[in-house]
Amino acid sequence: MKKLLTVSLLGVAIAAGTAQARDYDHVRFGVDVPYEPMEYRTPEGELTGFDIELGNALCEEIGVTCEWIEQEWDGIIPGLLSRKYDAIMSSMTINDERRATVLFSDPYITPPSAWFAPEEADIGEPSTEALDGMTIGVQRGTLQDNYVTDHYGDVADISRYSTADDMVLDMEAERLDIVFLDFPVGKSTLLESDERAYKVVGEMITEPKEYFGDGFGIAFRPRDEALAERFNEALATLKEDGTYDEIYQRYFEE
Amino acid sequence: MEQLNQWLATLLEGNVIFTPQTLGYYWTGLVTTAQLVFVSLLIGLILAVPLAILRGSKHRWIKLPVYFYTYVFRGTPLLVQLYIIYYGVVFVDGIQESFLWPVLKEAFYPALIAFTLNTAAYTTEIFHGAIKATSRGEIEAARAYGMSPGLTMRRIILPSAFRRALPAYGNEVIFMLHASAIASVVTLMDITGAARFVYARYYAPFEAFIFAALIYLCLTFMILYLFRYLEKRLLAHLKPLSGN
Repeated sequence: MKKLLTVSLLGVAIAAGTAQARDYDHVRFGVDVPYEPMEYRTPEGELTGFDIELGNALCEEIGVTCEWIEQEWDGIIPGLLSRKYDAIMSSMTINDERRATVLFSDPYITPPSAWFAPEEADIGEPSTEALDGMTIGVQRGTLQDNYVTDHYGDVADISRYSTADDMVLDMEAERLDIVFLDFPVGKSTLLESDERAYKVVGEMITEPKEYFGDGFGIAFRPRDEALAERFNEALATLKEDGTYDEIYQRYFEE
Repeated sequence: MEQLNQWLATLLEGNVIFTPQTLGYYWTGLVTTAQLVFVSLLIGLILAVPLAILRGSKHRWIKLPVYFYTYVFRGTPLLVQLYIIYYGVVFVDGIQESFLWPVLKEAFYPALIAFTLNTAAYTTEIFHGAIKATSRGEIEAARAYGMSPGLTMRRIILPSAFRRALPAYGNEVIFMLHASAIASVVTLMDITGAARFVYARYYAPFEAFIFAALIYLCLTFMILYLFRYLEKRLLAHLKPLSGN
């Protein structure tokens, strides 16, 4: 009986010891590469992207060194929990399912969606009047599809495609007047197209939340609350001093 | 209409997936499928009769091109034909400026063209087989009466060939209805397109596709019934005397 008590006390002591948050001076990030433009390798093999640059800037602000560890997506949360790295910064959408196992920082970005039309098209700021009678292309089942269906389903024709490539093909064939896409996808397929010139119509769209979600967050182990708090403070500082905007513009402007 | 909407609203109360909006999509889908299948079958049938006669011609240069056409369209998947006609035509230089573009621009007409050419090829072969199966005795009797080949074709061969082709053609109609399910890959909102939309929106594969399947079953049942009726009327002379 006495022995059992000692063993269990020892167990409690060990558990308490590991549960104590470490004071990090080196943070390892898990990241799934590539997912352009959030994380990818340059032709020279260098790791870069919005997540990487923002992550490095955050570490600098906090005063820690950081390291990026590549991890396939399906094992990315188990890798965090088994201490292969200390945080995940890999375009991870914040949701309740994940909140049950990891601790999220404040959202650092909601990936914007945007309207794309041919350069010569005469379309004003998208509204029910401006899009009346137009043919709008979307990818079937995406949040863009839901948004367009609910807002413009009554006034416009909506063509739904299985892949973005099919949609781009029909855009080039002049079957579509305008498409609504993830901005990074539209940028790499339409704005950088050699076939025809395209432009972004109106503002980037990230609201309302019920369609576009809570955005991406950095994931930590649940007990690392102090670390998450440091990152939240650093994020607020970077947003204030303009560093954040500068990085954002580099990846999400035309 | 107002009353119908109200009745629908109370009927669907508390149902997340089958809202008046999604039912509207299914209805549009049913209309699109019906139009697409009916029109392509009709044009296909009109094309198939002369083609079937030419297919049985003695002259090689008439027979071979028709054979080539039916071979190509029966020998390749309808999906591939649809892709070629829908996505392929846009690579023809200057097509956007030509008078054909207003027609080819819509998803409906390329799909209609693909379906028509496909069903015409199958129907040609069905009719060709039925024409070939005309008994020699009937043809000889017609000639003995002094009928010209044209008149023999019109009065003797074709009427009996149509009757013989009826059961096989009924199958072709049902196959065409089911084949039309691929129309949604070129953005057409047919029954399957509506089901794919509902599936993607509510992550409810069973509800979305089973509902679509039920609509197809109803349509198939109607086609079966129509052909059973036609066969009863037109093939009455072939029924066994003691039969019921």
